Amino acid sequence: MPVITYRDALNQALREEMQRDDRVFLMGEEVAVYQGAYKVSKGLLQEFGEMRVVDTPITELGFAGVGVGAAMVGLRPVVEFMTWNFALLAIDQVVNSAAKMLYMSGGQFNIPMVFRGPNGAALQLSAQHSQAWESWLAHIPGLKVVAPGTPYDAKGLLKSAIRDDNPVIVLEGEMLYNTKGEVPDDEEILIPIGKAELKREGEHATIVTHGKMILLALQVADQLAKQGINVDVLDLRTVRPMDVEAIAASVRKTNRAVVLEEGWEICGVGAQVVDYIQRECFDYLDAPVVRVHQADVPMPYAKNLERAAKPDAAKTIAAVKKVMYLE
Amino acid sequence: MATKVVMEALSPTMEEGRLVKWLKNEGDQVKNGETLAEVETDKAIMELVARGDGVLRKRLLPENEAAPVGQLIAVIAAPDENIDALVAGAGGAPAAAQSAAPAPSEVVAKTNESAGASSVPRTTAQAQGEASMPPQEQAPAAGPAPTPAPSRQPSDVSRQSADGNGGRTRSSPLARRMASDRGLDLQAVQGSGPGGRIIKRDVEAAVAAGTGVPQAAGAAIPVPGSQFAGPDSRDVPLTQIRKTIARRLAESIGPIPTFYLTAEFDMERVAEMRTAMAAMGDEFKVSFNDIVLKAVATALAQHPEVNAHWLGDKIRYFNRVHLGMAVAIEEGLITPVIFDADRKRMSEISREAKELARRARDRKLKPEEYTGSTFSVSNLGMFGIDQFTAIINPPEVGILAIGALEEKPVVVDGAVSSRKRMRVTMSCDHRVVDGATGAKFLQTLRRLIENPLMLVY
Repeated sequence: MPVITYRDALNQALREEMQRDDRVFLMGEEVAVYQGAYKVSKGLLQEFGEMRVVDTPITELGFAGVGVGAAMVGLRPVVEFMTWNFALLAIDQVVNSAAKMLYMSGGQFNIPMVFRGPNGAALQLSAQHSQAWESWLAHIPGLKVVAPGTPYDAKGLLKSAIRDDNPVIVLEGEMLYNTKGEVPDDEEILIPIGKAELKREGEHATIVTHGKMILLALQVADQLAKQGINVDVLDLRTVRPMDVEAIAASVRKTNRAVVLEEGWEICGVGAQVVDYIQRECFDYLDAPVVRVHQADVPMPYAKNLERAAKPDAAKTIAAVKKVMYLE
Repeated sequence: MATKVVMEALSPTMEEGRLVKWLKNEGDQVKNGETLAEVETDKAIMELVARGDGVLRKRLLPENEAAPVGQLIAVIAAPDENIDALVAGAGGAPAAAQSAAPAPSEVVAKTNESAGASSVPRTTAQAQGEASMPPQEQAPAAGPAPTPAPSRQPSDVSRQSADGNGGRTRSSPLARRMASDRGLDLQAVQGSGPGGRIIKRDVEAAVAAGTGVPQAAGAAIPVPGSQFAGPDSRDVPLTQIRKTIARRLAESIGPIPTFYLTAEFDMERVAEMRTAMAAMGDEFKVSFNDIVLKAVATALAQHPEVNAHWLGDKIRYFNRVHLGMAVAIEEGLITPVIFDADRKRMSEISREAKELARRARDRKLKPEEYTGSTFSVSNLGMFGIDQFTAIINPPEVGILAIGALEEKPVVVDGAVSSRKRMRVTMSCDHRVVDGATGAKFLQTLRRLIENPLMLVY
């Protein structure tokens, strides 16, 4: 099976969906001539032309709004934000137009649209450009939010997002674009939105996570296995709607849970996961659920401080041991 | 909106109820507050009322069958409303239904949400002397029947309360569930988690070691001879009240370290007083028992150290004397309460005792009339019993067993004479009452009974 990068997996997803449906078009800063700030749209301008691969000015609110309008009249826009930090400027279109149009038009206008781009911290990009926005976006009724952590999931979820008749947020990762994984080229990959995946099976505890943190969780699972501790690593894949059944099934089996996320603690995605766990698994819990997340501060620029602020393997291992009463 | 009719907790200790009689037929129009059925609780026959208007669409519990508190037993809805989902969801096995009993917190929460609920339910512990009434839940008719989350009974929680650990045994929800599944008493399990929290591995270890044996209360102990059923014997199913007696008394004799103090009182002066009073006219007639009750109440007022409740992590001493009085009834016994007995005149006690006994035999006592006693008296004198020991009615810490009055030869001032004598035996919970404490109470009681004029002081 071919091993490709996360970036190429996204590129394949865009190409396949643009070939399949000529209403699909890509729009954003530097997506066309420059082939994408992270080269996700490499070759697309050449293949599909400038009507379907559109460079925009640095006007997030403007082109997000153009996308909503295009979706209202039957096109299926994919709007790329160079990063989700820049999408803050467009949040009114995302939240107030895209997410609510179906509801406020009494069902007359659905918005078959994708907003995508890198989310979360990379390395030393400082406070304004190192933020994980999933809890903000997942808070909004009317939006679906997916966060693929592997090339396979990136391809499958982006394709499903483009085919979805409602607005879907796709959270990628700057640090993920170069990661590699197996992606079959002889079958169509469509991952259902709203389905989690058990990326690794264990018995002693469950790590619930999503997006980039999947890589950390799997690394932690390897280290723990050497100490005889086997954990379930549950990849939510979709943050909204969340796969509560998968969470409950795993936690009922292991009786212990650690919830790992890239973003901040307060009102984070993990808080919602913990709520589902206490609701669905109260009588199955042998220990309070422990969360691992970014420190409650703007991301520091200094390398050592940035490292200290981010969730990491040591913090996650300590959390697993805590729920197992080992430390 | 359909209204689910559930078996309600119609007495503070009720865990299941037997449906004696349906008073409404399927198809009958019913109004909020109207009586639907008669239900036998562990204490009495009570009325179950509707908590919503509509047509009694479906009765799910046949007469003479029992259902645990919280189980769906009928549905009230509009004539054309689809109630299939509700009814389908009700067909649970008793085990499933058991878990549907609403936890107190759920009940309270629901009541708060539904403004105008008929009564404010309380937990068993809070509802001392009052029935707790979970309101029937309102449910959308066509919606799926809610799956009941497993809930802990209040008694489970209180059972875990004796510990130096801020008054409760800490345990994870999983450990509690495992212990309950295995009939294990968590109190006997050593916790290894933070702050002594009992966790999964502790329960597993206890199971492996065979500690934390099942609670005495509901444990099914094989009864020898039970295989000899046949024409020479008669099997009678347990009534609710018999079940409750069995459970309560087993709870008592098991964990309560009881000791007994017996004394013999001279009753000559009581007899004289009684005869003198009766001579004044019928309205002044009182029984020996009335005089004993008055004396006990007066003595208790002077000895709050025996007028108390054992609450696991604390002892509650009462300033008021609420005297429980065991009454034999056809189905067993019940202990109605003379409240503030120490402050009542003998005539009031006499009248009240008579009235309570009558209503107990008719099974007309309200829950608040047989709960809340601080000490109890049991009298088998009228059956010719010279002396016996009574079983403490927890959480009380003492009970006085009264024997028969009999004439016997007694040495008084060096000469044998015939005297009326009566033996009393006090059962004491040694966790609260020590030997000397109980003896001092009996000393006071002797002074009062042998000098009954002090009762009018």
